[in-house]
Amino acid sequence: MVPLSYYLVLSGILFACGVLGFLIKRNIITIFMSIELMLNGVNLSFVAFAARWHALSGQVFVFFVMVVAAAETAVGLAIIIAVYRTRETLNVDQVNLLKL
Amino acid sequence: MTPTLNPLLWVIPILPLAGAAINGFFGRKASRNAISAVALVFCGAAFAVALWIALRFSLASSPYYFPLAHWLRSGSFCVDFEFYLDQLSLVMLLVVTGVGFLIHIYSVGYMWEDDGYYRFMSYMNLFMFFMLTLVLAKNYLVMFIGWEGVGLASYLLIGFWFTKDSAAAAGKKAFIVNRIGDFGFLIALFLIIKHFGSLDFTHVFAAVRTLPTETSGAGLLTAIGLLLMVGAAGKSAQIPLYVWLPDAMEGPTPVSALIHAATMVTAGVYMVARSSVIFEHAPMAMMVVAMIGALTALFAATIGIAQTDIKKVLAYSTVSQLGYMFMACGVGAFSAGIFHLMTHAFFKGLLFLAAGSVIHGVGGEQDMRKMGGLRLYMPWTFATMGIATLAIAGIPPFAGFWSKDEILWKAFGASWVYWLIGVITAFITSFYMFRLMYMTFGGDDYRGAVAQKAHGHGGLGHSVPDHGQTPGHGEPHESPWVMLGPLVILALLSVVGGFVGYGNRFEHFLAPVFQDAMGIAPETSPESASSTLEYLLMGISVSVAGLGWFLAYLLYSRLPQLPARIAASIGGLYRAVVNKYYIDELYAVLFVKPLIDGSTTILWHGVDQGVIDAAVNDSADAARHVSDNVRHMQSGNLRSYAGWVAAGGAVVIAYMVWMGVR
Repeated sequence: MVPLSYYLVLSGILFACGVLGFLIKRNIITIFMSIELMLNGVNLSFVAFAARWHALSGQVFVFFVMVVAAAETAVGLAIIIAVYRTRETLNVDQVNLLKL
Repeated sequence: MTPTLNPLLWVIPILPLAGAAINGFFGRKASRNAISAVALVFCGAAFAVALWIALRFSLASSPYYFPLAHWLRSGSFCVDFEFYLDQLSLVMLLVVTGVGFLIHIYSVGYMWEDDGYYRFMSYMNLFMFFMLTLVLAKNYLVMFIGWEGVGLASYLLIGFWFTKDSAAAAGKKAFIVNRIGDFGFLIALFLIIKHFGSLDFTHVFAAVRTLPTETSGAGLLTAIGLLLMVGAAGKSAQIPLYVWLPDAMEGPTPVSALIHAATMVTAGVYMVARSSVIFEHAPMAMMVVAMIGALTALFAATIGIAQTDIKKVLAYSTVSQLGYMFMACGVGAFSAGIFHLMTHAFFKGLLFLAAGSVIHGVGGEQDMRKMGGLRLYMPWTFATMGIATLAIAGIPPFAGFWSKDEILWKAFGASWVYWLIGVITAFITSFYMFRLMYMTFGGDDYRGAVAQKAHGHGGLGHSVPDHGQTPGHGEPHESPWVMLGPLVILALLSVVGGFVGYGNRFEHFLAPVFQDAMGIAPETSPESASSTLEYLLMGISVSVAGLGWFLAYLLYSRLPQLPARIAASIGGLYRAVVNKYYIDELYAVLFVKPLIDGSTTILWHGVDQGVIDAAVNDSADAARHVSDNVRHMQSGNLRSYAGWVAAGGAVVIAYMVWMGVR
């Protein structure tokens, strides 16, 4: 049996990778993937706890997160395509019109 | 003397209000015939109801009352919408509705051509409503509603031609000067509430009757009386608050007749007479009333001598006659004051209406120097105005003789000083009124311009009822019958109106109202002892009136070049009189200018701009500066947003961990 702490550490690493990618990457698709990575890091800790405490609610929560993530992906990709069509770039540093 | 319930009472004021509402809301699109019908029907109905009540009243002499609705309830203090009618209100009621109705008829002719015809008729009806509320009130607060309401109507009607600067300014002046008086009235009401716990006439007067007369020194009742007199001085144009009335002549002439001669300006006299119980218990306040009245009578009469504007002469004459009424009230002869109020309403209303007819006839000219010979052009106006002049001058047997003589006789009973002032005033009154007649109607030639371009359509052009017509008015002409009818009726009243006072009948009629006054009024009842003296005094007052007439005839008919020479020989005094003793200028320097300067520097620049505006502007500036700095966070750079989110998340987690550790 793998101890709970291993899952949590892996979850933390995945989440940290996501945050790091989110912060330093310039390509929108990469940033998007980083967000997915963070979500899945959290998902991992949910199922780990669920298995550890034999509580199904954690697993149910993961399904919710997946559904929301799927919806978010659909919307997000649509936005990315729209951005690419108008700006012809995926570099977020060049998509900076919305400012004062 | 228990009052009886009479539900008709509240109908009287409501009728003109309904007329005002109908004309005010729907009159703009209505035809002039419809507007006239509404205004006259509602006003006439009020007169009819008043007559009906008057006929029944003479049978049963107990007062009527009618509680319409509850109003203020606060602990034991309550004020209701209650109406009350006794002999005093009845006289006022008949004068207001009767003379008011006649002037409404006259207005139809006078104002027909004016663009604001519906507005004028609506305001006139509104005035009737408030004036009737004033005279029918059962307590001081309902009276105050009417009091303020007639002030409002007066303001609206003085400034009726509001596009003319002088009219708008005159309206404002009337309103503001009246507010000063109302301030005194209000303080008096507060004192009454504080000490008697009620504003109801019956309760207050019953409470006052139990108090001792304040013969030595001034007390509560003296204070109340003086403050009421301040209010009365404002409304009835007495020294020192008379200055608004001459300016109020900017309004249309029917307004001058109705509001500024016959009814509204007498509200102060009515109020003092209504409060007679209070005044009788405060001899010092009575003395002040008498002195103010006597001084105003004389002072205003002297100004009237030198005025050349036909309406201004009548305005100062009104101020002077109101002074007479106050003098009568001040010496305790309240019924004589009310008697003069009534006859004055007849002949002064007539004088103003006749003056309006003259102004109408000569195309808007008001300067008497440009008239003359008008008796040939407008005989009816001449005849009726002549009757009114005889009445105001106190020539027997016209109405003014009876009431003026009554006042002089009572004044003599109080002090010969009042009588002397009254007689001098009577002389001056007779002089300036006949001067007006000779300048306007006398002579053989008309001095005004005939069929000349822009005649009379300059400064005064706006007050011309028919100013829409082509310039050049042509010869003076007689007015239409819709205007002459009221003149004739009022002339009849000016002839016979005085006979109601014959044999003290009027005084006996009012006796139940002024029963307390009988004790302190100068003793005049033993006819046998003093009838010789009374006839002597009567002879003196009639002869000074005749003397004034003769002097006016001499100066303005026989030797028309003499007045100018006399004026030149007493240059300084004459200039002072022409300029109304510089009272307006004095008030401007003493009160108006300091007030405007103080308001400009302290209130406007200091408080308003320095404190209120500054607080608002500075807080807005501060908010703008802070947001100006904060907005730079929104750079448009997505990764910096992400950084803020991450940093925020880190802070939250750190906080929770730290809290968890503790």
